[in-house]
Amino acid sequence: MKFESAYVVNQNQREVTPKRFESAYVVLPIDNIDTDQIIPARFLKTTSKAGLGDQLFCDWRYDASGAPRSDFVLNRPEAVDAHVLVAGDNFGCGSSREHAPWALLQFGFRAVISTSFADIFRQNSLKNGLLPIVVPAEMHAALLQSPGAIVKIDLEAQTLTLADGRTVEFPIDAFSKHCLLEGVDELGYILQQEPAIEAFESRHIASVNTLS
Amino acid sequence: MHANRKPRTIIEKIWDQHVIAQREGAPALLYIDLHLVHEVTSPQAFDGLRKRGLKVRRPDLTIATTDHSTPTTPRGLPIVDQIAAAQVEKLEQNCRDFGIRCYGLSSDRQGIVHVIGPELGLTQPGMTVVCGDSHTATHGAFGAVAFGIGTSEVEHVLASQCLLQRPSKTFAVHVDGTLKPGVGAKDIILALIARIGIGGGTGHIIEYCGSAVRALSMEERMTVCNMSIEGGARAGLIAPDDVTYQYVAGRPFAPKDFDAAVARWRTLATDEGATYDRELTIDANTLEPMITFGTNPGMGIPISAAVPDPASIGDAMERETLAKALRYMGLVGGQPLAGHAIDVVFIGSCTNSRISDLRAAAAIMKGRKVSPNVRVMVVPGSQQVKAQAQAEGLDTIFREAGADWREAGCSMCIAMNGDQLQPGEYSVSTSNRNFEGRQGKGGRTFLASPMTAAAAAVTGVITDVRTLL
Repeated sequence: MKFESAYVVNQNQREVTPKRFESAYVVLPIDNIDTDQIIPARFLKTTSKAGLGDQLFCDWRYDASGAPRSDFVLNRPEAVDAHVLVAGDNFGCGSSREHAPWALLQFGFRAVISTSFADIFRQNSLKNGLLPIVVPAEMHAALLQSPGAIVKIDLEAQTLTLADGRTVEFPIDAFSKHCLLEGVDELGYILQQEPAIEAFESRHIASVNTLS
Repeated sequence: MHANRKPRTIIEKIWDQHVIAQREGAPALLYIDLHLVHEVTSPQAFDGLRKRGLKVRRPDLTIATTDHSTPTTPRGLPIVDQIAAAQVEKLEQNCRDFGIRCYGLSSDRQGIVHVIGPELGLTQPGMTVVCGDSHTATHGAFGAVAFGIGTSEVEHVLASQCLLQRPSKTFAVHVDGTLKPGVGAKDIILALIARIGIGGGTGHIIEYCGSAVRALSMEERMTVCNMSIEGGARAGLIAPDDVTYQYVAGRPFAPKDFDAAVARWRTLATDEGATYDRELTIDANTLEPMITFGTNPGMGIPISAAVPDPASIGDAMERETLAKALRYMGLVGGQPLAGHAIDVVFIGSCTNSRISDLRAAAAIMKGRKVSPNVRVMVVPGSQQVKAQAQAEGLDTIFREAGADWREAGCSMCIAMNGDQLQPGEYSVSTSNRNFEGRQGKGGRTFLASPMTAAAAAVTGVITDVRTLL
């Protein structure tokens, strides 16, 4: 992966997403890839975030004996340098497990491209620096035609460029983009608003008291 | 006061009541009334708090239980799976450290988080409710905005009682008419998802309305709202009414000044003239028992219909998606599902493990025997559901029929506690997901109602329950 600005940590020790990078991509041309495929539930018994990359797409990736299936795209040589995954529509549907973006990132992916993403997966991805990039159907079809090719992703300009120069803009909300590029700590941002939270609580009726 | 205010949906009203701040260009800071915590999606969030030296801001609005990796074997036994045991212990330790009430394995209030919230009276109309679990939509049945969040957001809520959120679009689903015998809440939601597809509700919160929804009990409403996420919607809700208020009244955490609460709740319903971003109508009169045939919950058909044939689909990617699902399921397009042999029946999960679900299944199984080729697991949603079922003698009906009566938990819905399908096995399940391997690696799931599941249990094949009524 060639980065014009590599992943770095800012002064607050937060990882910053590069403004621009280019990478080969691999394709999983399947619609509705759910989080149970991305990381099966039996691996969610862990209490840490680490060690999930090996289990990414586990049941598609390994046979019954645990050996890698040679016909699965992530086991092929072209996957080694691919940091972008192109998948079918509604990627990441199903559960709220953040283990899904953690596993994708730990395998080495920095972006997933699809025609749409499930809501919770998209949120979880943005909070971890995995870019969920939505492209129009026509661009998606073009991407599916040339697995292994290089794409350029410019987060700052919000553009995706194919090897043949075709470029498309992708949507990302301004706040998420700012957080990614500047390494903004979202919890820190929330906690700065403590006076407003306190003021709200003073006029908002608490419906329950779980400690009562 | 707000005489000229634009009419609002219940979704917009609850949203407006919980927005603390709205800075330009940023998402809203949304206040959360109730945070439900379980063992799987919380440990990394508590670690985050420790790393920053933060406390849980409102332990009094937070409650925990253990359900996902929790065994359903008798409670006196130790947890055999050491990794699961460590995760369960970690939750209890985190709750001790941060002052959160936890209904752990030894508690008579333990159960699936989406079962115990309502049954304890914690879930109430007008609330914002979150949990690190996509089936948090269940709590929308009370007229609450309830949605699943990831572990980063669990940490945000623990630390601040707030989330950064953008409003969703609104989607009204009208279900009008009267359900026929043998057809229930599960069939409504499976029919909706079959119609809009698994991604059809993405970006939306659904409000379920119409005469057939009004006629549902609270538990049935929970079944409908629970699977909103299977249609891609992050949340689904039903405006509260007298059915709701009667359900909440008298529960342990119900408001002390109940009349004042009801007066507030009565203002929540969608205003006359309010508009939605999208609307759709389902005719309850024509619904049949539903069953899924494929590898996502949108791949569902009426029990009398044939499995779709990939050859009949024009779009290449859609055709291949269907063909891949049928290969995994070992099914042939164009043939009916009724009569297909099965190996396992699972009655349980946050979708269908409440007392009315168990009653519906027991009514079919009473005086009948489980087919000799079928293994049946009945897993109550909570210890309280279990106690109630036993008080009514439902456990005896299940046991005498030849079913296995278990302790409370998520069990074979997510198959991370040892309860699982073997590779290739077919199950009729009352749970919510039929994804590849969801109920155990290589397992094959048909989703259906408790009645349809019970019918399959006693016949050994996929069966139209209406033939047994």
